Amino acid sequence: MFKVLRLAIKNLLRYKRRTLLTGLLIVVGVVAVIVFSGLSGSFKQAIVGQITDSVLSHLQVHRKGYLASIDNLPLDRMMPPKAFEKLETILSGAEGIAAYSPRIKFGAMLSNYTQTTNVRLNGIDPAKEQKTVPLLASRVKDAAHDDVLLKPGEVLLPEILAKGMDLKTGDTVVLVANNKEGSVNGMTFKVAGIVESLMGPGGRDGYLHIDDSVALLRMETPEISEVAIRVKNFGNLKTVAGKLNDLVAPLTNKQGGPMFEVHTWEQLTPFYNIIRMIDVMTLGIRIILIAVVLISVLNVMMMSVYERVREIGTLAAMGTRPGRIMALFVAEGICLGLAGAIIGSLIGAGILWIMNLTGVDVAFGSNNQIFTLSPTIAPAEVALTCIIVLGVSILASLQPAAKAAGLEPVEALRHV
Amino acid sequence: MNLVEFKNVSRSYQMGSVTVAALQDVTLSIPKGAFTALVGPSGSGKTTALNLIGCLDKPSQGEVLVAGQSTGGMNRKQGADFRGEKLGFVFQDFNLLPVLTVFENIEYPLLMIRDMPKNLRRPLVEKVLAAVSMENQADKYPAQLSGGQKQRVAIARALVGNPLLVLADEPTANLDGATAKTVVELMKQMRDEFGTTFVFSTHDPRIMDQAELTFHILDGRLMDGPAGAKEVDHV
Ligand SMILES: Nc1ncnc2c1ncn2[C@@H]1O[C@H](COP(=O)(O)OP(=O)(O)OP(=O)(O)O)[C@@H](O)[C@H]1O
Ligand SMILES: [Mg+2]
Repeated sequence: MFKVLRLAIKNLLRYKRRTLLTGLLIVVGVVAVIVFSGLSGSFKQAIVGQITDSVLSHLQVHRKGYLASIDNLPLDRMMPPKAFEKLETILSGAEGIAAYSPRIKFGAMLSNYTQTTNVRLNGIDPAKEQKTVPLLASRVKDAAHDDVLLKPGEVLLPEILAKGMDLKTGDTVVLVANNKEGSVNGMTFKVAGIVESLMGPGGRDGYLHIDDSVALLRMETPEISEVAIRVKNFGNLKTVAGKLNDLVAPLTNKQGGPMFEVHTWEQLTPFYNIIRMIDVMTLGIRIILIAVVLISVLNVMMMSVYERVREIGTLAAMGTRPGRIMALFVAEGICLGLAGAIIGSLIGAGILWIMNLTGVDVAFGSNNQIFTLSPTIAPAEVALTCIIVLGVSILASLQPAAKAAGLEPVEALRHV
Repeated sequence: MNLVEFKNVSRSYQMGSVTVAALQDVTLSIPKGAFTALVGPSGSGKTTALNLIGCLDKPSQGEVLVAGQSTGGMNRKQGADFRGEKLGFVFQDFNLLPVLTVFENIEYPLLMIRDMPKNLRRPLVEKVLAAVSMENQADKYPAQLSGGQKQRVAIARALVGNPLLVLADEPTANLDGATAKTVVELMKQMRDEFGTTFVFSTHDPRIMDQAELTFHILDGRLMDGPAGAKEVDHV
């Protein structure tokens, strides 16, 4: 087979400019796919990482029916203590779970003594929350403490509210909340930090200690809105979620319906759709690459057969088998595709490497949050791209090669 | 023993509603080792006859036997294998592969048709290269050669596989008179050296004189009598 490839390469080099041009087209296509895949992949990762590691966490468990009205932060659809206890038992026994954090979510009025506004709050256990969403701490500016997110009696305020009401770390604010029965309670808190805003649900929430939430809402027994869960291996999320679902499914409420609902981050944020869009775009670019390779290889091979009709007639007359002639032309397509794929991959990987060194800043979201991407691409993805290019090159050269192999030597030799 | 036999061979082409008879009822035989010329004006059917001998074409009627084998029943692959095994071709336009050197062009049939290993190929190529006195040009490309040199290489390529029969359709038509003469002399010398049968077509009187056996064709018919077959005086 090596001799067939050697002759194919010699024939390709015969029309240097044309081969170079076609090769260049393939190279540009491969580079585009690799750079785009690398960028979009790291962009996806950055967004998903930010969303899951600083707000949502990977998985959430609610009392059945809570999520449907989560925008109202309903206080009448919380987990009663008994239910939460059962859930904790399950979570501590379940595999693949790194940490979990119970949250009490509620709406309150925030006052700086001159102005009042609405704020969405999460009552959290700071230690558990930090283990579950480790990037939350990095979003806290002017933090009062280095080691802990907040202490009892303190609140972390969302950036936009703090700015609007001119509040800084150390200031005192009043939080007023309605409890489940409708009675009003107010407490004073010290601002322990300002939380940077992030797009998506929960990105503009404030935080306070879970015990303070219980007191502010005058709960007789603490009720939990949601349990955020971090899995050990993000790649296994689906499996862990499935197992957890199986574990909580047997638990039923008094009406006999399921007690809990389990959701992954994908079901909790509209940004999942953006990520899906990016995947569709990557697919689109791949399809364009396939079309480019198909058309350019087909074109070059058709021309090359047409120009060499007499030569093909000579080879056939001398006794070259039709299969060998076919192989010679398919080999030309393979060499063209392979060279384009390898050079394109190297250039593409080189561009990603340089981007990685310099870092790529992307502004995203309504408040133009800056993400610094370090684009990478999995070797398997590069290999897949090369295999696609190679496969399409073979496909594109089959028809011209079959035409060459099918030429009648007498006719071909008469060709001028 | 006759290497080639035509038994009442006709070959006609259908051009729309018109039937063109390129060869009509030709019966001839070419003995092994004969230095044979097919002679006739343009359009007389020389190429058609050579194509039939070369298993590149099949008769419309009659039978063509080459080395005792009837060519009519061969499929494409069998035809290719038969040609690769037993025949050599020399073309009017030399038809060397421009991307290969002289050596590689001559090596081609052994490499790509017979799939011979390298250690067997080299001595065979060197032998025919020396026979056509082109051993000093082995690394040149066809574009660097004169017409006569190209045809020498083509003859070497036809001979390298030690075929029974070499077919040459107007091998000297693109060469000047003196070169044409040396090329025909070379072919004859090769016949003497390797015992290969040569059949070539020409309409050049100086070239046809070199032949030991001459078939005159006119309008697809073999002329008989004195202008027909001149007897073999060398076997
Ligand atoms: N493929 C074909 N289709 C139709 N007619 C053909 C075909 N090949 C040959 N002919 C016709 O058959 C006749 C003989 O042609 P052939 O090529 O054998 O002649 P020739 O003696 O080789 O002529 P020349 O000296 O010009 O090469 C001519 O009339 C030619 O037009
Ligand atoms: Mg002719």
